[in-house]
Amino acid sequence: MKVDPSVKDAVLAAVPSLRAFAISLCGNVDRADDLVQETLLRALANIESFRPGTNMSAWLFTILRNLFRSEYRKRRREVEDGDGSYADTLKSQPEQNSRVEFEEFRAALAKLPPDQREALILVGASGFSYEEAAEICGCAVGTIKSRVNRARGRLADLLSIESADDFGPDRATRAVLLDSK
Amino acid sequence: MKERKPNRAGTKRMQKNEWGPVERGATLGRDIQAKIGEQLRAMYDDVVSQGVPDRFAELLKRLDQPDDGDRS
Repeated sequence: MKVDPSVKDAVLAAVPSLRAFAISLCGNVDRADDLVQETLLRALANIESFRPGTNMSAWLFTILRNLFRSEYRKRRREVEDGDGSYADTLKSQPEQNSRVEFEEFRAALAKLPPDQREALILVGASGFSYEEAAEICGCAVGTIKSRVNRARGRLADLLSIESADDFGPDRATRAVLLDSK
Repeated sequence: MKERKPNRAGTKRMQKNEWGPVERGATLGRDIQAKIGEQLRAMYDDVVSQGVPDRFAELLKRLDQPDDGDRS
């Protein structure tokens, strides 16, 4: 396989963001990194289908997202250990206080339907436009917009309603259970 | 700090059923939106700031080296 160095650089440059996306999708760092690896291999093997001049990052996100989707379908019934393990791997350890908040946020995010979660992340964190996000997800722009809105609404509900009695160790378990829909 | 209808921003630690899901969705407070965006980006950017793990740099390097003149 022969890949132009500049293309390779572009791929490499997209890795940090790809990882962030992957981690927010699967909530588990090891799994996310495997997903990124698979994405890179797939991308480089099909590099000729990348159209120069188009957005490399969006192209890679599309591949990763599709891989995740097909894997997700297979794994849906497994219980993931996504919660808790994530914060421990962070570079900058959040302070105790914000750490609780952070975990809360992560748990809430994990409860969103995958469609909504990915739309929110693409637009709200990865910095893609609605149009780019629509392309990545293979749906209409309006669909992305409404998913993002619903995701925000749902998160707001989850975060404000659930925090009162959700500090117990049970929270992570519950997040997993509630995530099944 | 105005006296207004209680909005979610300040209610993180409120009792579960105090406001319930009544005003969900329709009027998402701006501060909540901002807060969500902030948390989301913080979470995301923390990973981004970790850069490219060796694992992937090596992967790409390895793909670089393969015997230039094998069968192309």
